Amino acid sequence: MSRSRRDLVWIPTFAVLVAFAVPWPLWGVDRVVAGLPVWIWWHVAWLGLCALLFSLFVRSGAWERGMGRRPESEADSGRRSVLGGDRP
Amino acid sequence: MTLGLSLGVVVGYLLFALAVGLVAYRVSEATAEDYYLANRSIGTVVLLFTTFATLLSAFTFFGGPNLAFAAGPEWLVVMGTLDGVLFAVLWYAIGYKQWLIGDRHGYVTLGEMLGDRFGSTGLRALVAGVSLLWLFPYVMLQQMGAGEALVGLTGGAVPYWGGAALVTAFMICYVVLAGMRGVAWTDTVQGLFMLSVVWIAAVWVVSAVGGVGAATGAMLDARPDFGSFGGGLYSPGFIVSTAITIAFGVTMFPQINQRFFVARSGETLKRSFVLWPVLVLLLFLPAFMLGAWAVGMPIEVPEGANVLSVVLNEYTPAWFAALVIAGAMAAMMSSSDSMLLSGSSYFTRDVYRPVINADASERREAWIARIGVAAFALAAFVASLFRPGTLIEVGDTAFSGFALLALPVICALYWDRTTRTGMIAGVLVPQVAYLAVVLSAVVAAVPTLPRTVAGGWDVALGLMVLSAVLTVVVSLVTAPTAEGDASRFAVAGD
Repeated sequence: MSRSRRDLVWIPTFAVLVAFAVPWPLWGVDRVVAGLPVWIWWHVAWLGLCALLFSLFVRSGAWERGMGRRPESEADSGRRSVLGGDRP
Repeated sequence: MTLGLSLGVVVGYLLFALAVGLVAYRVSEATAEDYYLANRSIGTVVLLFTTFATLLSAFTFFGGPNLAFAAGPEWLVVMGTLDGVLFAVLWYAIGYKQWLIGDRHGYVTLGEMLGDRFGSTGLRALVAGVSLLWLFPYVMLQQMGAGEALVGLTGGAVPYWGGAALVTAFMICYVVLAGMRGVAWTDTVQGLFMLSVVWIAAVWVVSAVGGVGAATGAMLDARPDFGSFGGGLYSPGFIVSTAITIAFGVTMFPQINQRFFVARSGETLKRSFVLWPVLVLLLFLPAFMLGAWAVGMPIEVPEGANVLSVVLNEYTPAWFAALVIAGAMAAMMSSSDSMLLSGSSYFTRDVYRPVINADASERREAWIARIGVAAFALAAFVASLFRPGTLIEVGDTAFSGFALLALPVICALYWDRTTRTGMIAGVLVPQVAYLAVVLSAVVAAVPTLPRTVAGGWDVALGLMVLSAVLTVVVSLVTAPTAEGDASRFAVAGD
């Protein structure tokens, strides 16, 4: 139960990831860093961060729990197949 | 000489893509499930690239650089946010849920899934009809993109209609011959090809103009406003409403939505989800920056040409420029193929069979599907000759139309209390309102209704809110019908 409660943290996390993929704090900033406007670097780094957190979301099992399913035992998560996966 | 070479490369590449589709066709089985879904056997790499290639069409390769050229590199941020992040989240919320449901009940289309859940053939046909309606401008967009690309590549020697006609002919051949397995295979080849070739192009052009710093410097000399974030076209309203309408719209695109049913396993969806932001960035960064850097380059972009074709022609050998354009056209072709294919399955399964002719034989259905594809593509070709807007404008109209479906669908997926009447109200009313806005710009007799209000906020965003409110409120005041079955969408397995 506490696991699925902790999973709720993913909702604001995703909201922040989406909201700040746009570099709002750099609105109007025109500094050029390493050949590109600095806000482009923000965006590039942010998408890297997204990929990282997305993989954490999947590996922690929250991916399955979010749909009300029980992830297979933590150790072999990712090995279970597949078709349906549900029990009678 | 170079003209012949360019055209040779383009046509040769398109023929090659067609050949891949034919090979795929030879290994496929002659059933509807295989034709549309490749027997639900699509693995991670293929699923990832087939979604990628389908998503990334003329809108990305040509519309994106054109917009970055005209208005600034902020387009990278808009597209990166909506595609790389917001779409990925929806990929989970809508896509994974749909996969779980589809896997249990064997659904092939969105309309079929909703129609079965609410026990309503009307809803099924409505969802299919709405989808086909907005598919039309998006197919048209691919033809416009191809036409403009060949104008840019050949300096106008090939007229706009020639390029559009060429891609129309190829896409019809392709869909009629190959089915989903063929489309998925070429998408993978083309996705990988475009990803590599766009980077090679960027490195080539950037080294010719003296490096990234020099390219940005020249861009800022020509357009100092390109350096600062925001401003001009890019108001907060524009950024937010474009990102939201497109990301939600994409999930309801028939060809993308149908991808949610084709994955071999849940694992496939997981892996694609994780790789998505990086993959999207890898494509957008070079493509859109080339468009933005082009303002600082000593080039002349003719009216109605694509900036990317012009830049490549200037800085890279003719054969390479032709190869990139061919790759982009082939990708657009496979985009269109996926769309037409999904569109035809929507038409035959959700409209033709349940509403028009329930007793049609498999053979007859297959013929109806193929004839429908050809007719649809030809009609879109004719409409594309009128060029009713820029690539981005036409694309955005289609995305917004689809986006209006998204919130009612999310309601249905997650809220058991949703009723059939709620769904129909939530889908129908905003669609009629949006259609009135879009058509008012085309029909001369009526005053044009505004598409955006208060500094770039898209009316479609307001209509999305309306669609959610209507679905919820009408569901609350109506009773679930006896034919409906909320347990159809239950996926908690344990």
